Amino acid sequence: MRVEVHLWSGLRSLTGGLEKVSVEAASTGELLAALARDYPQLAPVIDAGVSVAVDGRIIASSLTEPLGPDNEIYLMQRLKGG
Amino acid sequence: MKTIHVTATVNGDTVEYLCDPRETLLDVLRDRLNLTGAKEGCGTGDCGACSVTVDGRLVCSCLILGVEAEGKTITTVEGMADGETLHPLQKKFIEYAALQCGICTPGILVAAKSLLEKNPDPTETEVRYWLAGNLCRCTGYDKIIRAVLDTAADMREAS
Amino acid sequence: MALDDHKTTGFKFIGTRPDRPDGLDKVTGRALFGADAQAPGMLHGAIVRSPHAHARILRIDTTAAEALEGVKAVVTRADFATGLSGEFGFVLENVMAGDRALYDGHAVAAVAASSALIARDAAKLVQVDYEILPHVTDVDAAMVDDAPVLNDTYADATVPAGLHPNVVRYHESGHGDVEAGFAAADLIVEDSFKTEATHQGYIEPHACLATLGADGKGELWCTTQGHWIAQKTCAALVGIDTSQLRVTASEIGGGFGGKTTVFIEPVALALSRKANRPVKIVMNRSEVFRATGPTSSTSMDVKIGMMKDGTITAAQGVFRLQGGAFPGAPMEFSAMCAFAPYNLENVKQVGYDVISNRPKQAAYRAPGAPMASFAVESVIDDLCKQLGLDPIDTRLKNAAREGTKASYGPRFQRIGLVETLEAAKAHPHYTAPLKPGQGRGVSCGFWFNHGGETSVSLALSEDGTCQISVGTPDIGGSRASMALMAAEVLGIAYENFRVTVADTATLGYNDVSHGSRVTYASGLATIKAAQDAVAKLCKRAAAKWGIPEDAVYWEDGFAKPSGANAGNFDPIPLAEITKDMGSTGGPISGHFEATPEGAGVSFGTHIVDAEVDPETGKTAVVRYTVIQDAGKAIHPTYVEGQFQGGAAQGIGWALNEEYVYGEDGRLQNSIFLDYRVPVASDLPMIDTVIVEVPNPGHPYGVRGVGETGIVPPLAAIANAVSAAAGVRLRHLPMSPPRILRALRAQASEG
Repeated sequence: MRVEVHLWSGLRSLTGGLEKVSVEAASTGELLAALARDYPQLAPVIDAGVSVAVDGRIIASSLTEPLGPDNEIYLMQRLKGG
Repeated sequence: MKTIHVTATVNGDTVEYLCDPRETLLDVLRDRLNLTGAKEGCGTGDCGACSVTVDGRLVCSCLILGVEAEGKTITTVEGMADGETLHPLQKKFIEYAALQCGICTPGILVAAKSLLEKNPDPTETEVRYWLAGNLCRCTGYDKIIRAVLDTAADMREAS
Repeated sequence: MALDDHKTTGFKFIGTRPDRPDGLDKVTGRALFGADAQAPGMLHGAIVRSPHAHARILRIDTTAAEALEGVKAVVTRADFATGLSGEFGFVLENVMAGDRALYDGHAVAAVAASSALIARDAAKLVQVDYEILPHVTDVDAAMVDDAPVLNDTYADATVPAGLHPNVVRYHESGHGDVEAGFAAADLIVEDSFKTEATHQGYIEPHACLATLGADGKGELWCTTQGHWIAQKTCAALVGIDTSQLRVTASEIGGGFGGKTTVFIEPVALALSRKANRPVKIVMNRSEVFRATGPTSSTSMDVKIGMMKDGTITAAQGVFRLQGGAFPGAPMEFSAMCAFAPYNLENVKQVGYDVISNRPKQAAYRAPGAPMASFAVESVIDDLCKQLGLDPIDTRLKNAAREGTKASYGPRFQRIGLVETLEAAKAHPHYTAPLKPGQGRGVSCGFWFNHGGETSVSLALSEDGTCQISVGTPDIGGSRASMALMAAEVLGIAYENFRVTVADTATLGYNDVSHGSRVTYASGLATIKAAQDAVAKLCKRAAAKWGIPEDAVYWEDGFAKPSGANAGNFDPIPLAEITKDMGSTGGPISGHFEATPEGAGVSFGTHIVDAEVDPETGKTAVVRYTVIQDAGKAIHPTYVEGQFQGGAAQGIGWALNEEYVYGEDGRLQNSIFLDYRVPVASDLPMIDTVIVEVPNPGHPYGVRGVGETGIVPPLAAIANAVSAAAGVRLRHLPMSPPRILRALRAQASEG
């Protein structure tokens, strides 16, 4: 299943100018793996820690959240706090 | 450095200890007498977490040497409650959530008790200035000031 | 009631204000904080620190220190693990310097001796030969071409080509077309701002007591916001297996983000291993300021375009943060939080993480957000003034709501910004008359909040009472909120619970008490663990009655048959079931482990009145009101306390607190006399309004409340002070000298 992922614009330089990419994934974990595979320059960014927002719900670290083609998906920098 | 023998009264008990002339009263209370209620927040007399009374006077125990306590009467937070009966300030601080982390609480309680003994009917401004030497980083002081003012009112009513 | 049902009204215990379970310990002085522990045979440690901002370490001679009577061990970097990378590598480099000292106060060696005084004397006998290197401590200065290079290997793949190697990370995000948005604006305000580094200022210095044997087994007692992260990090830094180190969190005397990492703990463990004795290390205040983790200092540019009716057409911000000598300054949070309160068609935000010769920054309450909010909300204030618009109406006009595309990308779920603005507008404070010389300021603020790994275990006792083990240190009354949530599920009184912060050997992994996550995540886990216990209680009742488990439900502390079909049985109270649980199937416990991913974001709106003395530049905050969305306030008094504490820290940041570095790169104000946090006589009462817009991600609607409260104050106070002084203040803190300079500059221009 292909899902569309919005990246933050600072990552454009690592995806050949794309700010929205489409990858094969059914979960957040598959999504990150697919991004790292299809866009190898994103791999260190993903390794450093990212979060995924699915329909506005921010998934800070879970790799098992299911994804569907109708979800609005955003890659975000890893959230933490004080 | 040679240690010096000191005799003092702490929370009503006569205590004797040997201490290095460089040790502060706070070091002695905490490390030699096992009274860890007084806290060291700064070591420079700026935070008030180590507040105790010496012969009835409110002081920062980090600014007094252990050897200076010879013959003196010292009261710490451990001496505030009367057996199982808490001092009204202690009760009110719990009730009002006048503490969050609780590290400044012993010093503030000792300081507030000292205030109410001198001035049973302080204004908000008087409480704020009296406690200006006791830093609290959690509460913004609001609930502390209210707890002290309301304890004062309760104590006036009771007396 | 089905157990999974969300519940936002009709509570019996939630929302009440009982005494906290640890209150007595904390008012009698018997609560044990970090420095209050001791062990038989204990040694005292002291740390040797660099007096230089940047220097190569040529040689460390420990001979004289080791020769001092009473000295039992001296350690340097050679006594720690090698080959660490990533954050562990940075933390090791920070807690014990390698070949270079990177800031004033950087640890270079440590000693353990039979008394604290001997340890201190011995530390002075450690001879370190330094080759002094050029240094830089200002964020803008660290980015210019000829700035001294701290490290040319840290920059990651996101940093655009051509930037100085001190720029180690880069963030850019947003949507729409800001240039088109600016072209459509009636008025554009563009301005630059700076904020100085502040410290969390917890009153309890870092303290620990460590034991580590040659067998690789260790014990650590320390003041920390998260003992599992301390366990993991310390084990890696001293080269032992994680599970062999048991960490117990002491009571914690404040953290605010500053105790989410380790500083002295690995050093105490290394000293203990070498001396084969327990070692205690307690920082003094000066060490806390020089060598723990303050905030970033910032330099920021913000540009916002607005229509005459108040509609924002475009917004753009650049946020440069120096985070000390290592990557990690929270510039992405500055960027992502900056414009989050507003519904913007065109927005762009850029962040730079810059290294400099200062201590490694640590989180401080909503890391990165308060500074960005200061810049953005100051510009909005200027726009409102120039266009003659009401600041709250203007914010309402542009406010983010459910479904709004956030400035950081995704759409908001249910949020409560509008409710806080409406409450602010309705609050008597907003329309109260001001005296001459006073000004009023308003600001909104946003923070994400966090979930994180969480484990909770709950065990019932035969007498019908309950013990709860949580893994998040109680920084401000969380034992009370856990007991309230468990009471709500089990239907027995609050007093029946005892809540313990368990050590790392007793419970599964727990993320740090940070990200405003404790009441949300540990609370959610406590509710689920209690529901797990309830299911088991119902099962026992079903067995007793000889009916199916699902024909039993739990209400107000009783197992009840779920209807006429289930049979006619008298409800059984909890204590009746637990009384003989050992012989009806065994002890009854409830557990829950998860990484909850539903921490709802949170907004607040603050109103401040300030007055400025034009002769001295001294500012007084005369009235303060905090309005914030808590989702659901479990223990409202402690929620108010979080609001008030956030505001007070924000007042300090706005008016007084700053790290002052000399030309020599040394910190000039490392005690509380010179680094002035607000004292009781500086502040007014701080009024609070708790708004409750339930978070769909928590069974009772909880949103974290700890951090959002420090986001609006910087701007709200700056707006109030600027109104009172009649000149825009662009540099925090607005200390008297800065206010006087601004007034004089304006007078000479005018």
